[in-house]
Amino acid sequence: MKRFNPARLGIYLLLILFALVFLLPVYVLLVSSFKSFAEVQDLSRMWALPSGLYWESFRAAWFGIPEKGLRGLAPNLRNSIYLTVPATIISSLLGSLNGYILSKWRFPGANVIFPLMLFGMFIPYQSILIPLTQTLAAIGLGGTLWGLILVHVVYGLPITTLIFRNYYAEVPTELIEAARIDGAGLLGVYWRVLFPLSIPGFVVVIIWQFTNIWNEFLFAVTILQNPDLQPITVALRNLSGSQIKEWNMVMAGALIAAIPTLLIYILLGRYFIRGLLAGSVKG
Amino acid sequence: MSYNKRDRILAFLILLPSILLLAVFVYGFIGWTGLVAFSKWDGVEPNYEWAGLENFRMLFTSAGGIAAQRFSIDLWNTLFFTLFFLLICVLIGLLLAILLDQRIKWEGVFRTIYLFPMSLSFVVTGVVWQWIFAPGTSSRPRGINALLHMVGLDSLRWKWYTDTRAIGHFHLALIPVIIAASWQLIGYTMAMYLAGLRSIPEELREAARVDGASEWQIYRHVILPLLQPITLSALIVLGHISLKIFDLVYTMTGKGPGFVTDVPGIFMFETTFQGNHYAQGAAISIVMLLMVAVVVIPYLIYNFRREVEL
Repeated sequence: MKRFNPARLGIYLLLILFALVFLLPVYVLLVSSFKSFAEVQDLSRMWALPSGLYWESFRAAWFGIPEKGLRGLAPNLRNSIYLTVPATIISSLLGSLNGYILSKWRFPGANVIFPLMLFGMFIPYQSILIPLTQTLAAIGLGGTLWGLILVHVVYGLPITTLIFRNYYAEVPTELIEAARIDGAGLLGVYWRVLFPLSIPGFVVVIIWQFTNIWNEFLFAVTILQNPDLQPITVALRNLSGSQIKEWNMVMAGALIAAIPTLLIYILLGRYFIRGLLAGSVKG
Repeated sequence: MSYNKRDRILAFLILLPSILLLAVFVYGFIGWTGLVAFSKWDGVEPNYEWAGLENFRMLFTSAGGIAAQRFSIDLWNTLFFTLFFLLICVLIGLLLAILLDQRIKWEGVFRTIYLFPMSLSFVVTGVVWQWIFAPGTSSRPRGINALLHMVGLDSLRWKWYTDTRAIGHFHLALIPVIIAASWQLIGYTMAMYLAGLRSIPEELREAARVDGASEWQIYRHVILPLLQPITLSALIVLGHISLKIFDLVYTMTGKGPGFVTDVPGIFMFETTFQGNHYAQGAAISIVMLLMVAVVVIPYLIYNFRREVEL
């Protein structure tokens, strides 16, 4: 055992202090969600623990309060799933194929095309929103979930391609050479050598895309005007922006909206961090 | 490796759909938006009649009236928001990374706590912090104000994101928004720095220790200089987020009284999709794009050059 060391004690105190500050919003979220409607009205007790565990906020957030004109979030949660799952899968598969070509089949122009693709993930999407809504309307996808799925697939291509390109760059070229000597062509190499090695890469990309698409707001609020089709982020913002503010209902709704990505983060945090770092360390 | 012709064509064909989609959806659409920004499109029906720089004149000169005033406030808000947000994220992120690098028990637990906000939507963050910083009234304080009231620090109560005071061009109402945004992204900077610290070989520190350097000197002269590229990446990533920020502010505060918490993203969204002033909205978005491009393009070129050299 080490001797008592005041410097180390200071480090731990600082870490704990920061942890408490980071958890403060979680505390507010939890105590507000579990209070009864009557309790949450008393603002002086906002920071106090609930007098018991009341589920009526969650029931209200899930089913809505029709007599007050407040919609429940359950249909929007379903929309988020319908949106996020296909968009994540399609953009991951395309990113994998692109990453393979760009990392193992360098051809003239690839060094120009790749950074041009990457720029697409940095642009403020406001600068493409007007043509986007016009185009979606023109091809009959305006105001539809499929339109939003297409949008997430397209604007997800830069990051998924980037992550897979870096991932496949680590695969030894000898493995590919060997497969080629065995007579495998372009797709044979991908299917027999790279795809089986891709599981960790796919986990990283799928988690990253799922989290981003689930949490996205700007595209969804612009493209989907119909409240029946909106994903949960848009519905949550509508709930918190409405004139009648049932705060415990909003907090319970925020918790419902956060749980899927939060669970993924807690269970698969290692892979989440890898996606995070891939998005910042380019090249 | 030599490729046969069939495979080369196939490779190109696999890449082609993605290249075409991005060419249209990124570059084509940016060009299209540029066209709208120079048009007279005002109203639901498109109108591509040439307006020259008129839409930009409305944003940057007194001819624009309230729109120009709003845009000027937006740019100042973006400047101060970006400045403080970057400073807080980099300093606290680095501090937490260094603290966690001291062979800490339960490091994983602390890391998980600092980083979890990254997995949340800006909408969730906005909703929760809106509730925390809601000022309430003087007789019925809410949020942080209620907390201050409870501990008898009533003199510290203020109107948070609804306050209209400013120091120079810096609106105090931005402070709660900066806190919320930093809360969400400090963990990200911490993760980047921690990855950087872990990639520094232990021998380097050992060598410095053998030379008689103190722990402080090792950080000051060995480790911090090695972390510089990470700081650059962090600044670019956080900077481009803050220059185009929309969801968080729109959910948490909206434009605020007298535009105290307005940003170009909100102005563009309201002008275009609620006011139907498409040409004006397009002009705002082009300014946003230019701000981001100034930061990101040199970075991409720098990164790319470095990679080619390797």
